[in-house]
Amino acid sequence: MEPRLSRYIWTHTRKQQLWILLIVALSMIPYFMSFDLPKQIVNGPIQGQGFETPGTTQLFLPISFSLPFFGEVNLFSGIELGRQGTLLALSLVFLLLVIINGLFKFYINTYKGRLGERLLRRIRFELVDRVLRFPPHHLKRVKPAEISTMIKDEVEPMGGFTGDAFVQPALLGGQALTALIFILIQSFWLGLIAFVIVAVQALIIPRMRRRLLVLGRERQLTARELSGRVSEIVDGIGTIRGHDTSNYERADIAARLGRIFKIRYDIYQWKFLVKFLNNFLAQVTPFLFYSIGGYFALQGRLDIGQLVAVIGAYKDLPGPLKELIDWDQARQDVQVKYTQVVEQFSVEPLIDPKVQEVSIAPPAALSGALAAVNLAIADDGGAKLIEHVSLQVRPGETVAVTGGTGGGGEALAEAFGRLAWPVSGRIVVGDEDIHELPESVIGRRISYASSEVYTFQGSLGDNLLYGLKHAPLTEVVYEGDKAAHRRWELLEAKLAGNPSLDLNSDWIDYGAAGATGPEDLFGKIRAALDVVLLTNDILALAVRSTINSVEHEAFATEIVEMRAALRRRLEAEKLSDLVVFFEPGSYNIEATVGENLLFGTVTDRARWEAALESHPFFKTVLKRAGLHETFYEMGLEIAENVVELFRDLPPDHPFFQQLTFMTSEEIPAYEALLQKVRSRPLDEVSEEDAIRIIRLCFGYIEPRHRFGLLTEDLMQKIVEARREFSDGLPADLVGVIEHYQPNRYMASASILDNVLFGRIGHKHTDGSDKIRAIVRDLFESLGLYNKVLAFGLDFDVGAGGKRLTAGQRQKLNLARALIRISDFYIVNQPLLALDQRTQDQITRNVFAFLHDEDRNPAIVWVLSNPALSELFDRVVHFENGRLVHEETVEAPSKDSDYKELAS
Amino acid sequence: MLLKDEVEMLRRITLFSGLPPAKLKLLAFTSDRVMYSAGENLFHQGDIGDAAYVILSGKADVLVSTPTGQLKVAEVEQNSIVGEIAILCNTPRTATIKTTTALEALRIRKDDFLKLLADFPEMAVEIMRVLADRLSQTTSELTEARSRAQRVEA
Repeated sequence: MEPRLSRYIWTHTRKQQLWILLIVALSMIPYFMSFDLPKQIVNGPIQGQGFETPGTTQLFLPISFSLPFFGEVNLFSGIELGRQGTLLALSLVFLLLVIINGLFKFYINTYKGRLGERLLRRIRFELVDRVLRFPPHHLKRVKPAEISTMIKDEVEPMGGFTGDAFVQPALLGGQALTALIFILIQSFWLGLIAFVIVAVQALIIPRMRRRLLVLGRERQLTARELSGRVSEIVDGIGTIRGHDTSNYERADIAARLGRIFKIRYDIYQWKFLVKFLNNFLAQVTPFLFYSIGGYFALQGRLDIGQLVAVIGAYKDLPGPLKELIDWDQARQDVQVKYTQVVEQFSVEPLIDPKVQEVSIAPPAALSGALAAVNLAIADDGGAKLIEHVSLQVRPGETVAVTGGTGGGGEALAEAFGRLAWPVSGRIVVGDEDIHELPESVIGRRISYASSEVYTFQGSLGDNLLYGLKHAPLTEVVYEGDKAAHRRWELLEAKLAGNPSLDLNSDWIDYGAAGATGPEDLFGKIRAALDVVLLTNDILALAVRSTINSVEHEAFATEIVEMRAALRRRLEAEKLSDLVVFFEPGSYNIEATVGENLLFGTVTDRARWEAALESHPFFKTVLKRAGLHETFYEMGLEIAENVVELFRDLPPDHPFFQQLTFMTSEEIPAYEALLQKVRSRPLDEVSEEDAIRIIRLCFGYIEPRHRFGLLTEDLMQKIVEARREFSDGLPADLVGVIEHYQPNRYMASASILDNVLFGRIGHKHTDGSDKIRAIVRDLFESLGLYNKVLAFGLDFDVGAGGKRLTAGQRQKLNLARALIRISDFYIVNQPLLALDQRTQDQITRNVFAFLHDEDRNPAIVWVLSNPALSELFDRVVHFENGRLVHEETVEAPSKDSDYKELAS
Repeated sequence: MLLKDEVEMLRRITLFSGLPPAKLKLLAFTSDRVMYSAGENLFHQGDIGDAAYVILSGKADVLVSTPTGQLKVAEVEQNSIVGEIAILCNTPRTATIKTTTALEALRIRKDDFLKLLADFPEMAVEIMRVLADRLSQTTSELTEARSRAQRVEA
């Protein structure tokens, strides 16, 4: 990148800078005209110059000038106006000039702003582009937060500076020079004095500000480090808490903030010292004018009119000068920032832009063998991870790499995956170095998966298809406003040096997944997910999600219809006790008392809580149903039990997670409440206390809590009270409760709850697993499976995929590699988070999958379980970074040598 | 069966017999009641242990897989606890438990159990005592088996 910011700005905005200079120069004309006009108005029509006799008229706006050879040219002879007319006309001209000046200012500012923003966009893009082309070893050394701070914050002032980079010095310098020349003309000596002071200012102030720049640079570095540390704290919070090192972090942060404070305070001190000096120098000049100029005037060497004119002209000097010095300060400041950023982003060797060029056409299959030639890979410290490795993988060949951690197999795989660059030797396909082939060939024809996974924030499906998004494949046709907007986007992108790739285009390369279009892609997705055993996980995510039942009305209807199918199925399998269904006429023993009473779920907890406390509706209904007293007794019993069970436990004890009735903080309050109300009849207990007791009942589930509080009679009464709750619900409570209706989809419940329309019994240990298997099976047989799965693909995986487990992320990563048709699959212990049995099963699945449909890609697999090597054509064994043993696997039974070696 | 009945059951198990009733109630409350029909597995040999089971009613076989197939080594019934070894140390299940009748059990999760031990040391001491008893019993059985084996070899 260009080392100097001014040169960078000039290179990219030369034309615009010249244009804006021209406009600024033009704007000076009305600007100076508006200076002169008030004098004309006051002297002319107001004070009456030229209107000495009543009825005099003057020509308004005569336009005439004399040209050599032509003589007088008269364009407009002017209008005859009286005194009042002239006043009005001149005032209108003044107004016009004000408007013109304003418009010029508006245009100039907008233009400069746009210029700056474009340049900012260009710099930012260039920096990110460089990040995309960084060599791998450099990326290991930098902190992501620091890089992003640089791109986001540190380059920002450069945009603001761009517009002023050339216009400001030209304009202000011009103004200052004019004033100075005027003074010089008036009086040489006084002009000299002014010139000397200006020179002192121009020399000393920037020199003093140099220290400010040093401090500014330090401030920038420390602030960048701070943001790096803060993001480290956030990322490593588990480790910090786990090791009780939070106070170490506090000390570190406090020390950093202290340093930053010191630097910033120093900056203030210097800044205001410089300011003081600057002001002083500016003020000392009039002092010299008055004393020396006055002395000259007294001596008669200078006439008083000149002195007054000099002092008047000097008023116009410090302003531009100060601004000019400020501009210089800003220039140096952004220059420092720019140098800093450029230094950080000037990394050698950057990947050649040609390697990453967009290529829409699908690349031809790689025909040559993938080979490492005398390869050596080193870690950051320079220690060799592998050395003198030569290995050839022919197309279609499957090679197992064994040797475990530290053997060197992983380093070889990383080198094949281009995550590590060779320090010596080469990696070639056919006879071309893979680092010289374009990524559009290598990145598509060689797929790499390891256990180091990166999951982007977004949906699961987006992450799965991420490896297919190489180029914008379709031309999007825009119409109307959108077309105009697109044209604008393209133009602006070009002006800021950004690429014009359309994000709205369909980036998914269906052909690369073996599909013909969006329609049959789902089959491929499903196949890849099945291979890595992720389908069930995704289905589980899907059934736990809520959907918009209005948007997916047909699907919601199908789910409701599935309820009956589920019942039949459970009956057929004699598993009817697995789920207790919601029946309008009977008590659901596995649901809470509250759910049974309302026959629905609370959708707005805050409003519900408020209504329970203050709304008379509940109390009246409970009383009418004869439940008021019973519930009170029941609540008392629950409170007694809970207090007895949990009284001794510390408030943060994990057992409290199982306590649904109250929080640990409420236990002492309930203990006190029990003391107060125990052995007192209900009518002597205050209403507030009664409600606090009664509400405990709502969370009670007999088979779960087993306090023995529900009797047949009570259940009957609760069921009878249901109708009152649903029919008599006052208008202000509508929407708080969603009622269970056997033939309607409940928008607030998950898909699974909607299918079940009941509660899974507590009695079966694996009840929810069983029911999930049955529901899955039903989805399959009713043809709903793929629809549900599609909802699972919409699941938002969160930042860095944190909403998935490590195992799920690794499976997803492997599926992401498998869904692309490649010639070479480099698989580097991709599933370390899973248990051995699952890893083995997935490995076998992957083999079957990749050799399906007459495909015969080459596979290089770094195995964590050597027993699987029987699947491969060849086994290469690494020890201490060297390839020590290579053997062709002929038949599974004949590899006893190898087994011995592996064990 | 209610919480208080379960507490009664727990009290009859040696491992827990020395504990105060309030603690037993808490243990019962934090555990799940589970039901199995005949022929189901409570857990499988080789699995990672995550819970112990107190059998409230019913019977089950303790099976160990051998190269020649599954071998029944013991039978468990009401008032016994199974799977407690695997939740005390992180070993895979040493045997498979298969029900022979309908069976009802209290499932004590590993985390809850360990938390209780940590909170109430008297419980840990009691468990230690029971385990030491078992160890000495196993050791004497082993000695006996070795001497028998030596005799056979001789």
